[in-house]
Amino acid sequence: MKKSQRTPYDGIVIAAPVTIPYVRYSIESAQWWIGRALGALVAQAGIKASDIDGLCVSSFTMGSDSGIGLTQHFGLCVRWLDTIPLGGASAIAGLRKAARAVQARDADIVACVAGDTNHVDSFRLTLENFSRFNQDAVYPYGAGGANASFALIARNYMRTFGVTREDVGRIAVAQRANALRNPHALMKAPLTLEQYLAARPISDPIHLFDCVMPCAGAEAFLVMREETAASLGLPAARLLSTIERHNAFADDPMQVRGGWAMDIGELYAMAGVKPDDLDIVQTYDDYPVITMMQFEDLGFCKKGEGAEFVRAHDLTIDGDFPHNTSGGQLSVGQAGAAGAYLGLVEGLRQVLGTAGPTQVSNASLGLASGFGMINYDRGLASGAAIFAGPSR
Amino acid sequence: MIDPIKPPRRKNPLLRTRLPASPPRPRSRTSHGFTRAAAEGRFMLQRCEACGAFAYPAREACPSCLSPALAFADAPRQGTLLAETTARVPSDVYFRERAPWRIGLVKMVCGPTIVAHLHADCAEGAPVRMSFQLDKGGQAVAFARPEGDTPNMADDRQWREMTADPKFRRVFVTNGRSLIGQEAVVALKAAGAKTVFVGVAEPWRPFAGEDLLRRQEGVEVVTLDAADEKSAADLAADIGGKVDILVNTTEYVRAGGLLDRKGTSIARDEIDQAYLGFINLAQAFGPAMRMRGADGVNNSVAWVNILSVYALANWPAFGAYSASQAACLSLSHCLRAELRPGGIKVMNLFTGPVDIEWFQTVPPPKVAPRAIAQAIVSGLRGGLEEMYVGDVAEEIRQRLAANPKALERELDK
Repeated sequence: MKKSQRTPYDGIVIAAPVTIPYVRYSIESAQWWIGRALGALVAQAGIKASDIDGLCVSSFTMGSDSGIGLTQHFGLCVRWLDTIPLGGASAIAGLRKAARAVQARDADIVACVAGDTNHVDSFRLTLENFSRFNQDAVYPYGAGGANASFALIARNYMRTFGVTREDVGRIAVAQRANALRNPHALMKAPLTLEQYLAARPISDPIHLFDCVMPCAGAEAFLVMREETAASLGLPAARLLSTIERHNAFADDPMQVRGGWAMDIGELYAMAGVKPDDLDIVQTYDDYPVITMMQFEDLGFCKKGEGAEFVRAHDLTIDGDFPHNTSGGQLSVGQAGAAGAYLGLVEGLRQVLGTAGPTQVSNASLGLASGFGMINYDRGLASGAAIFAGPSR
Repeated sequence: MIDPIKPPRRKNPLLRTRLPASPPRPRSRTSHGFTRAAAEGRFMLQRCEACGAFAYPAREACPSCLSPALAFADAPRQGTLLAETTARVPSDVYFRERAPWRIGLVKMVCGPTIVAHLHADCAEGAPVRMSFQLDKGGQAVAFARPEGDTPNMADDRQWREMTADPKFRRVFVTNGRSLIGQEAVVALKAAGAKTVFVGVAEPWRPFAGEDLLRRQEGVEVVTLDAADEKSAADLAADIGGKVDILVNTTEYVRAGGLLDRKGTSIARDEIDQAYLGFINLAQAFGPAMRMRGADGVNNSVAWVNILSVYALANWPAFGAYSASQAACLSLSHCLRAELRPGGIKVMNLFTGPVDIEWFQTVPPPKVAPRAIAQAIVSGLRGGLEEMYVGDVAEEIRQRLAANPKALERELDK
């Protein structure tokens, strides 16, 4: 069957990037965090809650609620609704769906929001109940959770391509440097490569600073058409291109590439840009080795050259390849599904010039990626988006 | 290569006994196809009847052709270890206590990749043989061992969590008067059991094989009439805290069914000895065993029942006996559930007619008591839950699976 040509995003914009600052543990519910984010969206955009006519929600800890329960909970009357349980790919997937909804005028303003709480026992419960394959065939094996699953992937990847812990560590160290400029980052102490290397092992070769810290928080943005944003006087970033892929390369015995590699040509062609044109890149950094994989699969270098790429570039805010400028999940924290939004929301602030202390000068073209759902032996969901600020 | 485990030191009675924890138990219903395989020591995967592809984890449709016809079939055990990791800070209590815990991803020759527990001698890139084992939660888990045998292989820490190896353990064989009991004592001692307690009712009455039993080093003859509640309780008060494996060799075989017997006195004896004897043993020894499921190298691990295969399908020639065995089989499932929190395995060993006096008129093949004793040891070493010993038992199992009605008609002759 011939693959059809996708309709370009025509005048679709993203506005009002919102972050509700994270806390390590919260006694509040996921609904509380999502409510805060919706409130911030409305306040920041200067609209009424009744102006929101589309809602897209992602959360691991809402209990028996889905998007529909939230409409009544928060007094929203929407004509377009989605709940996206795609973990680290939720933001890109949500953005894609919302963009098409407003493009087709099924909705005018879609609020995309992700939020999770973190009670003392939340993380263990999420691990235990992640998926059927996980329950049947992963969790009973040492109960190492994502750390153990990604350890297997990392070990194979590092051995196959001759990547050392030091190579991977550069990513984590650079992100910590970025995080020190972000007042909302949970990690506030500097991290040296020596400290990274000396960290205690969690699930070899994953060590402490390869892991994100589970926390509570929320992130959100609005998706609308250009004219809607203009009528509201809202600064907004134009959506140029997106990709999304699930269960790619199922025949690879172990994961050495994500679904991006399948669609990367389309991502840049649709946006009409090259990897070199990007001012900022926000990858999904549940583990730095996955970020290294993304540098390859998103076209910044060839497969197997990720380590060399990291050695050759400065990934900090003032560096030649500003990456995960907020500090990323590794240093800000992983607020469940909000972790998927973290990079995109920070990227939007960057191209809108509102990133404050983490602002990259003259950033106008950004890329954010997502990765999620280690259902069994690999992350299944991947996605990426390219967006441009008003100055471009 | 792993070091042999050391004989456990005498337990310090002042220290708290660590309570057993269970590894994560939830499984999908389909996934219990592996439980069945593990119970019998088979290696089975789902295989698509339409396209022949093997699949794992358990699925409801074939990932190659979407056919729903995914039957569990015996599968080749060979695979290659692609990558390993050692979980050092698991979130679950059972594994947290046993960390570091080593797992790996194995590419099977027949196609699927399997996350598996690893034997310490498994190396990345090297071939492994896969099995399904029952873990301390009683659930099936994949376990990869090196392709060939390695020194002290069975002493591997993670492997020993899956098995009930008699090595260094204290075993209680409940009936030393029976040939099966006597052979079991010899086999379990030879398998490295530290002590074998062996029960004898009315010990002042001499019996064949008594000398041999009493002469063996590490064998302690104890007084037990399983049918007597007080006898079982008294003995448990003495040795109940030292029984790591209990082998129920109660034997009470009488020919006859319903109509050719007069009254219920023989049936009552059958019930007293086999069924109520089982209950007495369970109530006397079960609670302490369940408490000691994580009590070091010589923790409590298994309860073995020797059952007639006619527990599964009544053999009218021994019809009332068959019924008493069926009652014991049902009780064993109850016991399995109740011992489960302790991680204690309940292994049922099904046998055809045994080569003993009470089956004198039954034509061969009959099962040698020694074969049953050897099966007990191999079943414990393999961590099995169901075993069929001898040709008759295996044949009954297959005929029952094929057509229970045919079996019922054909046992009536």
